[in-house]
Amino acid sequence: MDQGSGVLRSVTSGRPAGSAAALRSTRPHVTVRGLSKTFGTSRVYDRFDLDIPRGELISIFGPNGCGKSTLINLIAGLIPVDAGEILFDGQPLRDIKFGYVFQNYREALFPWLRSIENIEYPLKLMKLGKAERRERTERLVAHLGVKIDLKRYPYELSGGQQQLVSIMRALVVDPEILFLDEPFSALDYEMTLFMRDQLQRIFVETGTTTVLVSHDLEEAVYLADRILLLSRGPARIADFVPYEAARPRSDATLSEAEFVRVKAHCLEVFQREVRKG
Amino acid sequence: MTRVNAQVYLPVVGVAGLLLLWYVAVWVQIVDPVLLPSPTETFRAMWDGMFQGKLGFDFLRTVERTTLATLIAAAIAIPLGILLGSSEKLYRSVEFVIDFFRSTPASAMFPLFLVLFGVGDATKISVAAFGAALVIVFNVAYGVMNARKTRLLAAKVMGASRIRVLTDVMLLESLPQTFVGLRNGVSLALVIVVVAEMFIGSTDGLGHRVFESQQLFAMPDMYAAIFAAGALGYGFNLLFLLVERRFVHWSGK
Ligand SMILES: Nc1ncnc2c1ncn2[C@@H]1O[C@H](COP(=O)(O)OP(=O)(O)O)[C@@H](O)[C@H]1O
Ligand SMILES: [Mg+2]
Repeated sequence: MDQGSGVLRSVTSGRPAGSAAALRSTRPHVTVRGLSKTFGTSRVYDRFDLDIPRGELISIFGPNGCGKSTLINLIAGLIPVDAGEILFDGQPLRDIKFGYVFQNYREALFPWLRSIENIEYPLKLMKLGKAERRERTERLVAHLGVKIDLKRYPYELSGGQQQLVSIMRALVVDPEILFLDEPFSALDYEMTLFMRDQLQRIFVETGTTTVLVSHDLEEAVYLADRILLLSRGPARIADFVPYEAARPRSDATLSEAEFVRVKAHCLEVFQREVRKG
Repeated sequence: MTRVNAQVYLPVVGVAGLLLLWYVAVWVQIVDPVLLPSPTETFRAMWDGMFQGKLGFDFLRTVERTTLATLIAAAIAIPLGILLGSSEKLYRSVEFVIDFFRSTPASAMFPLFLVLFGVGDATKISVAAFGAALVIVFNVAYGVMNARKTRLLAAKVMGASRIRVLTDVMLLESLPQTFVGLRNGVSLALVIVVVAEMFIGSTDGLGHRVFESQQLFAMPDMYAAIFAAGALGYGFNLLFLLVERRFVHWSGK
């Protein structure tokens, strides 16, 4: 019932960089145990286990079609599991607020609503009043320093701006977990670089547990606290690599020895898994 | 700028060309002048008929019947299309029936509807509504079924109930396709109404005007009525296009 103050609480309490590490509790935020999922004859997950620590940004990297999207869809409850359990703070799925950003912003936003109404839509589902919806949205916009004319319809905005609207729509409910499924792969390179840093800033300021699927290894490592490397069918954890460089990270990070080492290691694991077929 | 302005006038070229051809045809008497009056004569007949003669009244009667038929069709077909479209299984189970009747010429239904509704307006309007409804139901159902999967998932992950997904997403997603159905539906309704006015014990309507003028050999009147019917069909289409552009601003974007 304190939903109204949600954005204020998390966004404006903006923890300084580095404190996310201090917050890493020993208790995982999401616990996946014995997860199995089969589509037709293809077994995507077979007794899969995973722990996602609270307040971390996890990048998922793996071969095409190995089940990255499926995993976040299962955790977000968008598709049912065949077997196994997914626990949040040790509890089965209750009324948890997820933020979810799709790769295809064009098909994820509602073109009949203005951008600001798109952002407010999840608050409407939460039955918040008009004034409160507007207030929370405007607070988020101000906080993120977004300079988009939100009175416009999504199709009047550039790709990056649309994806930013998508991200704000996911954040406005003050989600417990933010999922992003290849959120920047439909954007041009310049926009991708800009959006990466936007996402990093949002993460540093909100400390929201974030799961990012990326097909760009550099991006996956650059943004992550841990990189989850998946193998192909049925998916297993090939490696779960920590990367602890301080935030905010910048272009300089990309040439640091630790970054280069972690990236090379991930690439090696990835190629080993791909070669296995 | 000038290029853009020039584009706007391009359609006029076709009209002017047709009129020119028509004048020449009359002038060199390719066709018996009784069968092909000049454009001037025809448009005078149209003007007089619309504002002094019976043509105006007949025009309004056809507008009335077509509008009524389309309204009835929309009132039945839009909710039905949404219902069918929201469950793919349900739609697949009635798809054949819809496709079959959609492919059946509506004019073949006249005798049946005559038995049911008698030789009055009810028959004309209900056959037209029947034809239009099938076109609309088909388009609405497809519009709902083809709702973007990502958008449905987005609504779901934000916590929308099934009903909210239907009202907030599927319905709006289906609007562009619904308008396609409405435009095709009203065109079909007009076709059926005009045919019905010709042959089914009619005393008014554009179909009746065309038929009677032909029987009386009043060729300018007949052409005038044909053009009035054409203008009406075009007008209905334009009306729906304008309404669509106003309310379904995201269509095609
Ligand atoms: N709804 C579905 N129906 C059938 N097969 C699916 C479905 N979703 C995913 N799959 C299959 O499951 C596998 C994993 O898919 P996905 O999670 O989308 O892979 P990715 O790692 O590329 O995101 C793929 O082989 C895909 O074809
Ligand atoms: Mg995927």
